[in-house]
Amino acid sequence: MKLRRNIATSESGFVFNPTNGDSFSTNPVGTEILFLLKEGMSFREIKDALVNRYDAEPSVVEKDIDDFALALKGFNLLEYES
Amino acid sequence: MEKLKYERPSIKQLNAGLMNKFGLKTEYNPVTHIDGAPVKQIIADYGSPVFVMSERQIRKNYQNALRAFKTRYPKVQFAWSYKTNYLSAVCNVFHQEGSWAEVVSGFEYNKALNNGVPGNKIIFNGPDKREEDIRLAIENDSLIHIDHFDELYFLIEICEKLDRKPRVAIRVNMDTGIYPMWDRFGFNYESGQAWNAINKIMSTDRLELVGLHSHIGTFMLSTSAYAVAAAKLCDLAYHFKLKYNQNIQYLDLGGGFPSTNTLKGSFLPGADTVPSIDEFAEAITTTILNYGFRQDELPLLMLETGRAMVDDAGYLLGTVLATKRLSDGRRATIMDFGVNLMFTSFWYDHKISPAQEFSHHTEDMVVYGPLCMNIDVVRESVSLPLLQRGDNVVVHKVGAYNMTQWMQFISMRPNVVMVDMNDKVHLIRRAEKLEDLQMMEVMPEYLEKHEL
Ligand SMILES: Cc1ncc(COP(=O)(O)O)c(C=O)c1O
Repeated sequence: MKLRRNIATSESGFVFNPTNGDSFSTNPVGTEILFLLKEGMSFREIKDALVNRYDAEPSVVEKDIDDFALALKGFNLLEYES
Repeated sequence: MEKLKYERPSIKQLNAGLMNKFGLKTEYNPVTHIDGAPVKQIIADYGSPVFVMSERQIRKNYQNALRAFKTRYPKVQFAWSYKTNYLSAVCNVFHQEGSWAEVVSGFEYNKALNNGVPGNKIIFNGPDKREEDIRLAIENDSLIHIDHFDELYFLIEICEKLDRKPRVAIRVNMDTGIYPMWDRFGFNYESGQAWNAINKIMSTDRLELVGLHSHIGTFMLSTSAYAVAAAKLCDLAYHFKLKYNQNIQYLDLGGGFPSTNTLKGSFLPGADTVPSIDEFAEAITTTILNYGFRQDELPLLMLETGRAMVDDAGYLLGTVLATKRLSDGRRATIMDFGVNLMFTSFWYDHKISPAQEFSHHTEDMVVYGPLCMNIDVVRESVSLPLLQRGDNVVVHKVGAYNMTQWMQFISMRPNVVMVDMNDKVHLIRRAEKLEDLQMMEVMPEYLEKHEL
């Protein structure tokens, strides 16, 4: 899964979709995930990165990332996969 | 290297400038205490969910309402509307403050007697008074408010048998400019039905007509509707005096003042939109004072205020069972309380606060209860912090009608506690157990056994 290419993100957690004008805000962990997605990381790699940096159980982080991905999908921020 | 504190990732859509359907502001200021009692401690001692009543808030509401009327009118009496919340401890706070009892069934009537209310300080309303209830009310010299002609004739019949002359009032319904008009209770004013009922009562000599009653609706947002109701009752009392040369002793304007809850579908929070008790008091008392009664013949003004007295004195403490993502991407939070305990979530967007500190990040979510049915929705859309399993929440303004209309469905009714004036917590109704339910069931002998 990839973030759509034209989505703008900022370090402060502001997200903008120029296609339809939707804007969003993310909390720090959300911001970090979007950044890592833009870097081209997979969700798996992102999970490992977060588990290294944060005081959290891997199973919790995994559940939360899946959940976050669903939210991104719901907001039309992900590339369609064929 | 020390690891950073983790918070679940969240993303929230921004709707710049527009007032969105999630309301004006987020509701994430944590509420850690009810009066002086810590929420976490109450949950540790009494479980979750648990209802909490604030004695301080009840007394404050009562005293404020009494002040609003007493400073404007010389003779005022409140009667506690039992159906709003008939937990005996709650009723007795009102009775200690001086409130009489207003009941609408035999069971409520007996509850008031059990709470020590003298019979002559019980108002008996409602369309369903059974013969044994009426007899009891007559023996106790209670104020019987007649709802329909069938009841009027039935009452006369009983009085003939008992050879007693009880004190009665009639309930009057009327057009106050409010839609829908509550014309199913009592006798209609505009059609002349109320006047007919008065004449019938006077012609029998079996009943002593002492009062006129109206209850024009509930959660009324119009003060002028009360001015209209008061004027119409005054008009009946005035003509009664002209024709029979007797005074109506009291006018009972019923209940119906709104609490500060937010009605579903309204953009602005209730606290910013509903008229205050003072405004209702002003509308009612100026109407009666200006009607033209002689000073020494002014009727006593009775009120049966329910929800405005207790709604904001009741809280429901609960716990997050799970969070989910719905198929359309929305967040769903599942609580350990639902519409089984919060009947009023069908009417109100109840405010929900977290009971612990959070970051300032919030999510829009739908809040579900734990019942296995689709209508179990506590809030259709609310913005709350990133709740997770085990977090506690405080639901506000649930003191009216929930602890009487709650359903025993799928789960049992929980403990109810009261925080007293010194912040001490008292159990006022213990949680139900399986045995409580089984106690009422009877098993036919042939069904006792089976082999599976
Ligand atoms: C006769 C009567 N009096 C008083 C009340 C209390 O009303 P509220 O809670 O709206 O003040 C009710 C409620 O339905 C009622 O039917």
